[in-house]
Amino acid sequence: MKSTIVATVPPALQVDDSAPGDRWLTVDMTVNGVPRMLRAPAHRTLLEALREDLGLTGTKHGCELGECGACTVLVDGQPRLGCLTLLASVEGRTVTTVEGLGTTAEPHPLQVAFVDRGAAQCGYCTGGMLLTAAALLADNADPTEAEVRAALAGNLCRCTGYASIVAAVRQAARMVAGGASHPRSGAQG
Amino acid sequence: MLHLPSFRYLAPRSLSEAVGLLAELGAEAQLLAGGTDLLPLLKRGQLSPRYLVALAGVPELSGIRTAAEATVRDGSGLTLGALTSIAELTRQPVLRRHFPVIGHAASLIATPTLRSMGTLGGNLCLDTRCTYVNRSPLWREAAGDCLKCTGDVCRVAPGDDRCWAAVSSDLAPAMIALDAQIRIAGPRGERVIPAEALYRDDGLSHLTLSAGEIVVDVQLLRPTGVCASYMKLRPRASFDFPSLGVAVALRMAKDECENARVVVGAVASRPLRIAEAEVILTGHVPTAERLSAAADAVHRAIRPMDNVDLPPGYRRQVARVFTERALQHALRQVPARAGANGALTPGRQN
Repeated sequence: MKSTIVATVPPALQVDDSAPGDRWLTVDMTVNGVPRMLRAPAHRTLLEALREDLGLTGTKHGCELGECGACTVLVDGQPRLGCLTLLASVEGRTVTTVEGLGTTAEPHPLQVAFVDRGAAQCGYCTGGMLLTAAALLADNADPTEAEVRAALAGNLCRCTGYASIVAAVRQAARMVAGGASHPRSGAQG
Repeated sequence: MLHLPSFRYLAPRSLSEAVGLLAELGAEAQLLAGGTDLLPLLKRGQLSPRYLVALAGVPELSGIRTAAEATVRDGSGLTLGALTSIAELTRQPVLRRHFPVIGHAASLIATPTLRSMGTLGGNLCLDTRCTYVNRSPLWREAAGDCLKCTGDVCRVAPGDDRCWAAVSSDLAPAMIALDAQIRIAGPRGERVIPAEALYRDDGLSHLTLSAGEIVVDVQLLRPTGVCASYMKLRPRASFDFPSLGVAVALRMAKDECENARVVVGAVASRPLRIAEAEVILTGHVPTAERLSAAADAVHRAIRPMDNVDLPPGYRRQVARVFTERALQHALRQVPARAGANGALTPGRQN
């Protein structure tokens, strides 16, 4: 079922004039398998739209300047920083957030491995870590430790729990190789 | 939270439409490609354009072409569309094979996710950076604003009447070292310029693009025997913009260096070609002594300012070391041939 969501409009933005270009945009996209239509100001970022318009707060506001990776989501299977992606630029695309990676009943192998390894401390970076790692595993089913570290180089963990995170990603790779399923894996695009 | 300021969004579907829009909207418009440089500038209030012209839907800016149709001297040219992602530059087999220095420089930019978002054109046109301007509005207000952002004094060199913000592109030095050509479209048609001519030494306006002009693509030619290298200095092994970048390219004929390029980034508002170092290398066998002399020439020629990460004196010292190492690395890529006359033996490991 398709739902249309209109962003909350600050009154100052409701003025229209005849200048070229759009102050408001209507954007169609698929979020975690559900078609969504959003009407929002042109300066809405994907991060703001996901959290504030769609209520998907698993994607975190971190630095908001592309310096931490906490807001990483998958757009057509590729990691993107929600804070530096305009909502306008995901028109027609498929977005996967951490909510779409797995469920409590049916977690993604990465989520199982993160729990096993205690790879989440405060948890703020975890969503971004999971999605970046999901894209890595979709691309490289058996990454070396160095490859995992290189792939996660843009995701900062201020608890500095990197050793467990890297171990969890490698454990998830082994679980998938051993036949664990990845439900609705967004990394497949 | 940091929100983007409001703007009007335009998404042209062709290059001529994009150029037309830019010409019409003038200085109130900014171009949006990957957004990884522009959006932070907007969020920090360093720019407040009325219009954003998104280039993603402009087909002429996409793709990598082995260029039968481009201006190629020897038939082995390559054209890289401005919207080519930086990640794509690290992966492209034809680039890895013929111009490995480009993929290497690209691999040193930012982080994997930022590389897959950011573009070639965006990196070449990256705004100049400075510790006094790439800050929150609160920080800038407390420190006192500067020339580059509504203020009237340079905080790095208050006695000067210019902005010293540093060119921070990693691809620019490498492209200049390879004598890349940049194709630019504008209201008065197209022009092709050497990569070096895209830049001027002015932190406020370091690109020589005129109003309404857009970088379309980068053309690389491969005269035989060119070997190149790039080294980058930064505090962390990911994320950081360069505190120093050194690109070298040598065209070798037998044991002699026919032509040399030595280009240094992040020590001025434009990438600097170090003519003194190039002269030392050109027309000579690249002995260890000559490489060392060229590195000394770089050390003499540059004057880094205290405006990016790491102290200027240290960056100047490292520029000397990096120049020598980059030259050695480039020479090791020369197809193996017996060295003679005291030349560093090409093909040697280590």
